[in-house]
Amino acid sequence: MSKKEIDNRFSKFGTVSFTGITRINDFIGYLEQDKLMGTKCKKCGIHYFPPRADCYHSLDSDMEWFEVKGTGKLLSYSTLTFAPTGFTQDLPYTIAVLDYGDYKVFGRVDKAVPEKELSVGMEMKAVVQQLPNEHITYMFQKA
Amino acid sequence: MSKVGIIGVGQSKFVRAYPGSIRELVFESFKEAMDDANMTTKNIDATVVCSAPEYDKQRSPSGVFAEYLGLNPQPTFYAESLCSSSTTGLRLAYSLVKSGLHDVVMVLGFQKMSEISAAESQERMGRGADIQWESPFGTMMPAYYAMFARGHMEKYGTTPDDLALVRIKASKYAVFNDRAMLRKELTMDAFKDPTNTIGNMLSSPLRVGDCCSNADGSSCLIVANEEKAKAFSKKPIWIKGLGSASAPVNMAGRDIFYSLPAATEAARQAYAMASVKPDDIDVAEVHDCFTIAEVMAYESLGFAKPGEGPALIRAKETYKEGKIPVNVDGGLLSKGHPIGATGGSQVRTIVLQLRGEAGDMQVKDPAIGLVHNVGGVGLYANVTILGRE
Repeated sequence: MSKKEIDNRFSKFGTVSFTGITRINDFIGYLEQDKLMGTKCKKCGIHYFPPRADCYHSLDSDMEWFEVKGTGKLLSYSTLTFAPTGFTQDLPYTIAVLDYGDYKVFGRVDKAVPEKELSVGMEMKAVVQQLPNEHITYMFQKA
Repeated sequence: MSKVGIIGVGQSKFVRAYPGSIRELVFESFKEAMDDANMTTKNIDATVVCSAPEYDKQRSPSGVFAEYLGLNPQPTFYAESLCSSSTTGLRLAYSLVKSGLHDVVMVLGFQKMSEISAAESQERMGRGADIQWESPFGTMMPAYYAMFARGHMEKYGTTPDDLALVRIKASKYAVFNDRAMLRKELTMDAFKDPTNTIGNMLSSPLRVGDCCSNADGSSCLIVANEEKAKAFSKKPIWIKGLGSASAPVNMAGRDIFYSLPAATEAARQAYAMASVKPDDIDVAEVHDCFTIAEVMAYESLGFAKPGEGPALIRAKETYKEGKIPVNVDGGLLSKGHPIGATGGSQVRTIVLQLRGEAGDMQVKDPAIGLVHNVGGVGLYANVTILGRE
């Protein structure tokens, strides 16, 4: 019998992933099915994004997945013209936070949206984005 | 209640690239602090070493420094909270002395950032944020603080020129600080001059001139119980208040993008412990890693009401002659920011101010001073209140 395969799907997340193994690796599986998912504690109902394997409130690890749907309000953003090692080829790019009410989502804005069209408070939506080398992530577009 | 004092302070010059190893770099501040405290290594009961480890090639630097500085066989260990590491070290030193476990504790902060490139350092600093969920997007500290600058501008109408005023103030005082890295006075014209890079956008809306620079440097503080402080020092400076708090590392866990609640909470604790109010502070050092950080600090510390930080700098109330002088040593913006050494450098400035030994930077007869030192984007915050009595 072959050795048990290591589930390191998370190493595909984003331009450069610094994490390989996590107990919420299904997050990547869902992205590959075009779904952006968070987790919800079955016991106390807290919604977590980014998803967690464990709930600090109920001290329970029985979580279920929920889909990040609809739109979120743009809380703040910044466009980088200097990048850390490993990201220079992506420049310029815009990072942002969307507020969905029960949770918030941090990520990048779609390059197709010029910075001058962004304003704090506008509605945006998160969509899955395929990256080179079979990496995968999500980005924000105008709602 | 017995008091805990600071009786020795030292700081190396903060420089772009220190021409020596880390043990030699820490010797510079160590020597100054030991001379200042009139002590020998036998008097030091324990040493807390502080830095942000992602820059160090040396693993576990405490052991190397203890040997080089002649501090064996006393205990030595490490404390880390990113850019606020050395005031976290001060908090530990206070506890060790106050508990009676030790009489005299040294806090040694250092960072040698010049061995890696600026882009590499941003990548490592970015990894002080959430590496699982945020670093894969290519984050870095200027971009995070830029999100708070944007938030402050949106909520309060703060302008890029308001932020530039903070840098202009810092540059004015660095001229008088022989330990500062950037000692050229800047004017608003420099931000408007297309041939000057400080006006270039780095991470909107922050420009190059809104950001501090990486540096190599070290700082050293000697903390003692009341008996030893009075025996060794003619002018001990007493630790009157300590506040410390944290906030979610992930930006998705933050509720607001125009203030750092950890700093506000740390300030509340420090004021309560010291039984003083913002109006009682005569001189302050705040963590101006970015210009927006100083503006938010005015508001967290109660020097200005929420949203009124820009008006404080516009009215020059944080200049040496103003209502509350802030960073009249050049701040991180002009001194440079060697991560683990920064908090100790801020404390040194306030100790010198309270002793009346700050030279050309001296404000008029201060009795109570404050240090605001923040790690990450308000992930960690320490506020320390010091007094002559």
